[in-house]
Amino acid sequence: MNLKKASFRGYRRENGRVGVRNHVVILPLDDLSNAASLAVENNIKGSLALPHPYGRLQFGADLELFFRTLIGTGSNPNVAAVVVIGIEEEWTRRVVEGIAATGKPVTGFGIEQHGDHDTIMRASKAAKQYVQWATDLRREECPIKDLWVSTKCGESDTTSGLASNPTAGNVFDKLYPHKATLVFGETTEITGGEQLVAARCRTPAVRSQFMAMFNRYQEVIDRHKTSDLMDSQPTKGNILGGLTTIEEKALGNIQKIGKKCVVDGVLDKAETPTGPGLWFMDSSSAAAEMVTLVAAAGFVVHLFPTGQGNVIGNPIVPVIKLSANPRTVRTMSEHIDVDVSGILKRELTLDQAGDALLETLFRTVNGRLTSAEVLGHREFVLTRLYESA
Amino acid sequence: MNHFVVHDEADSVGVVVVEGVKAGTRLSGWIMDQDKDIKVKALSDIPIGHKLAIKSLRKGGTVIKYGVDIGCVTADIAVGEHVHTQNLKTKRW
Repeated sequence: MNLKKASFRGYRRENGRVGVRNHVVILPLDDLSNAASLAVENNIKGSLALPHPYGRLQFGADLELFFRTLIGTGSNPNVAAVVVIGIEEEWTRRVVEGIAATGKPVTGFGIEQHGDHDTIMRASKAAKQYVQWATDLRREECPIKDLWVSTKCGESDTTSGLASNPTAGNVFDKLYPHKATLVFGETTEITGGEQLVAARCRTPAVRSQFMAMFNRYQEVIDRHKTSDLMDSQPTKGNILGGLTTIEEKALGNIQKIGKKCVVDGVLDKAETPTGPGLWFMDSSSAAAEMVTLVAAAGFVVHLFPTGQGNVIGNPIVPVIKLSANPRTVRTMSEHIDVDVSGILKRELTLDQAGDALLETLFRTVNGRLTSAEVLGHREFVLTRLYESA
Repeated sequence: MNHFVVHDEADSVGVVVVEGVKAGTRLSGWIMDQDKDIKVKALSDIPIGHKLAIKSLRKGGTVIKYGVDIGCVTADIAVGEHVHTQNLKTKRW
């Protein structure tokens, strides 16, 4: 596929970033505000609540990550406008002000001294205005350099490393020269292939930042492990699918960064990249956590290769699922957007599979819903660093 | 019919990519990186996605896949045998 003159139709936001969806989000600050947020979502058709279990008594780096994830989620260009609901007004205001820096409409409501009923009424009125305003916005033609694409695989098996991950890598190789912004992560899931990723880093400084992140995560594993992590990493599903060791899983995993693109920089969890290129984000390998973090960093569409059939989605980012396992494609067809099992039958080349995924990517960013979106998969999972106070 | 795929000819294992491979089946394989054909007789029933040895491996040795070390051999493995948790273990963690 010739991408030289390729473009897509997206929503250009106030800060210049481009979204591929147009959500009005009802964002609870904390667990206590989920009920009111869900009530507003129920009242106002076209709004989307993002319930989650955290936001109370967090502190230090864990609290900073919490705010970065919530503010980043609201700031994502797939989100047109945001209503924040929190138990109290101070932290609610902090999230509102963080999102307001993008220039998009955002307002917050505190529940204390009002109660749920009054809060739901006031927040519903704001959400109604936002939904009608947002549905008046129109998509416009945008170049590929405005596209931010993330990747992470899940319930991998050996077919992931043979075909579906290399297909995602082929797409990254094709997008990279056109200045798209790309990200991968899954720090522990590079174990055994870390030297291969290190060799792909653009500069010695990036390489040493990457290795520092890799080594820090290994220390976390060493500190807490009670076994060789069999059944956790690789997972039970990975092992059923034929993957035996973390090294084998990792070597399959890193096929997603293709053969040509270079790792231009590293990111902390939910940190927004500062330019185009391929970025590594220090992150968990759990699917919903990782996709939530890259969505909070500003990525607008996700490529998700699966072997055994992970069914994940994300509330604000379309997750495109591809698989090369013919049994998974047959038994879980409603979840699979792109079938690349032909590679293993020698009926499809990697280049053709990459083009097929690119075509689905363009249709998706132009507005076609993914399987995960249609099936209602909205996994929004915040990463925690340690216990609350 | 292509029964299994090998990443690289230096590898010690291939991956079964069809369902229903039984012990005794003569399997046709494809080595991707060098685009070569290879034939192996299965010594075990091997589920889709699982590995078979294309080289004989001694206990204490190393299994190579993608041309890279993926772990330690914990029991002798003959060509055509199923390679998984019963005879291969991580060298990390």
